[in-house]
Amino acid sequence: MQKFLTRFRRKLVSRATLRAVIALAVFLLLWELGSRSKAWLGFALPWVGQVPAPTAVLRVWAGLIASKGYWESWYLSMLRVLVGFVAAMVIGIPLGLLMAVSKTFNSLSFPSFEILRPIPPLAWVPVSIIFWPTQELSIAFVTFLGAFFTVVINVVGGAKSIDGRYFQAAQAMGASQWDIFRRIVLPATLPSIVVGSSVGMGITWNVVVAAEMISGGGNSSSGGGLGFFIWNSYVGGSYEQIVVGMISIGIAGYACSEVLRALGGLATPWLQKR
Amino acid sequence: MNATIETPVRPRKVATQGAIRIEDVVKIYDPDGAAVMAVDHCSIDIQAGEICMIVGPSGCGKTTLLNAIAGFHSITSGKIFLDDQLLCGPDRPMAAPGSDRVVVFQNGALFPWKSNLDNVAFGPMMARKMGKKEIYEKARGMMADAGLGGTENNFPGEVSSGLRRRVEIVRALMNDPKVLLFDEPYRALDSLTKSVMHEALLEIYYKNKVTIFFITHDLEEAIFLGHRLVIMTSRPCRPKKILEVDIPHPRDYSVLTSPRFRELMEETSAVVHEEAKKSFAAGEKEG
Repeated sequence: MQKFLTRFRRKLVSRATLRAVIALAVFLLLWELGSRSKAWLGFALPWVGQVPAPTAVLRVWAGLIASKGYWESWYLSMLRVLVGFVAAMVIGIPLGLLMAVSKTFNSLSFPSFEILRPIPPLAWVPVSIIFWPTQELSIAFVTFLGAFFTVVINVVGGAKSIDGRYFQAAQAMGASQWDIFRRIVLPATLPSIVVGSSVGMGITWNVVVAAEMISGGGNSSSGGGLGFFIWNSYVGGSYEQIVVGMISIGIAGYACSEVLRALGGLATPWLQKR
Repeated sequence: MNATIETPVRPRKVATQGAIRIEDVVKIYDPDGAAVMAVDHCSIDIQAGEICMIVGPSGCGKTTLLNAIAGFHSITSGKIFLDDQLLCGPDRPMAAPGSDRVVVFQNGALFPWKSNLDNVAFGPMMARKMGKKEIYEKARGMMADAGLGGTENNFPGEVSSGLRRRVEIVRALMNDPKVLLFDEPYRALDSLTKSVMHEALLEIYYKNKVTIFFITHDLEEAIFLGHRLVIMTSRPCRPKKILEVDIPHPRDYSVLTSPRFRELMEETSAVVHEEAKKSFAAGEKEG
């Protein structure tokens, strides 16, 4: 515990942290000055002059902290991302491994896969609204698509680029096909799975917000996710709330990436410097 | 056609298993397209427990021969025997890979996701002939013997390349192989590390009775380690000159400065150089 605290303190007061804090402070200051340009310049600076000032955003945010609807938006978006992401991993990893391992399966599935892959997830929105019985399922499906193709492509690429000598060495030492799959293919593909999942996670956040905006899930009081929260604020004319929604998504996405990075590090200890 | 088997039969070490007989082996890549002959009617007789150094320029087809013995590639014609048992021949162009012949690869093929100890224990764990506890005891013992104590729980990526190579040799030996097949294992090492590795390899060899089939293009390495040198022609590869190294084992690094070593270097370097030039010229034509 003591060790952990010292390490934490060292990380907290490091030069990198200091730089980050200064950069953020400068950014906020410029933003504040820019948004108030009309007051002190007499005319609004282009673009930044139209954006609500950080202090105003903070004031609105402070009011929202106690609001149930705001946190419900967080919860709903998080849930959708999680469901879509986990489904993409659960289906995408085995599929990718199968495509990499079996030539027959690969030649069967690859053409359809490659035709479906370039279709942007958002182009699936109308179809998924028609196909799935509830709105929640359609959003989850579109979110799933966002991560799915990335995960599969990474797994296939990772599994196919395994050094042939590993197979030869394992074979020579008497490993069975199953042993080779379990002890060579699987761990050797793990780094690619980690990369694919972190890229996929980023895409799910992109997709979920857009899908929420389009589908307009829920209503203003109960909250239909952070995407809907932003859209609703726009319709309601609260520009500060729009910015609150945007920053919330940024924070949520960052938190998800950090969790994934930590999990990825645990899954691939041989790639971590001690 | 084949220039071999005039070597006198001498008892070397007390190894009773691991004799390799390569009989008139031909390997042609892509037999129905632009046929490239990699191995040309090659015959070599390797005794049990011998360190046989296969010397030749890069890309001459030595590795093709090794892959045929290991069972990674097929041969076009000819036969290869291990202790009078046919590994591959006319009816069976590709040998089955087995733990009696283990390869130590050029750039190493330790599994980076397994600790050194788990790497060393991998073969016996796959063979499932011993209990896990027994296997790990043996693995620790052999690692300690090879000077690898203390690196058991490291990943291969965390130790020096010299130590990695040693882990790999120990991993190969854990399978109780009859033959160790080395594919230029020290190629990427600097010359100082190399010299340490050579002594370490000999030390391991003196403790374990195995036949060593060692591919290299480093003449000094070949003479220092080998009982016998088989100098290959450049592509297609065929034995050009066979040389007995009459420096008695056990050897250590003082051998390198001995007059006999120098004599042998002189005797062979002209032959090797000639082949290297041919290979270089051929490479230029292809390129």
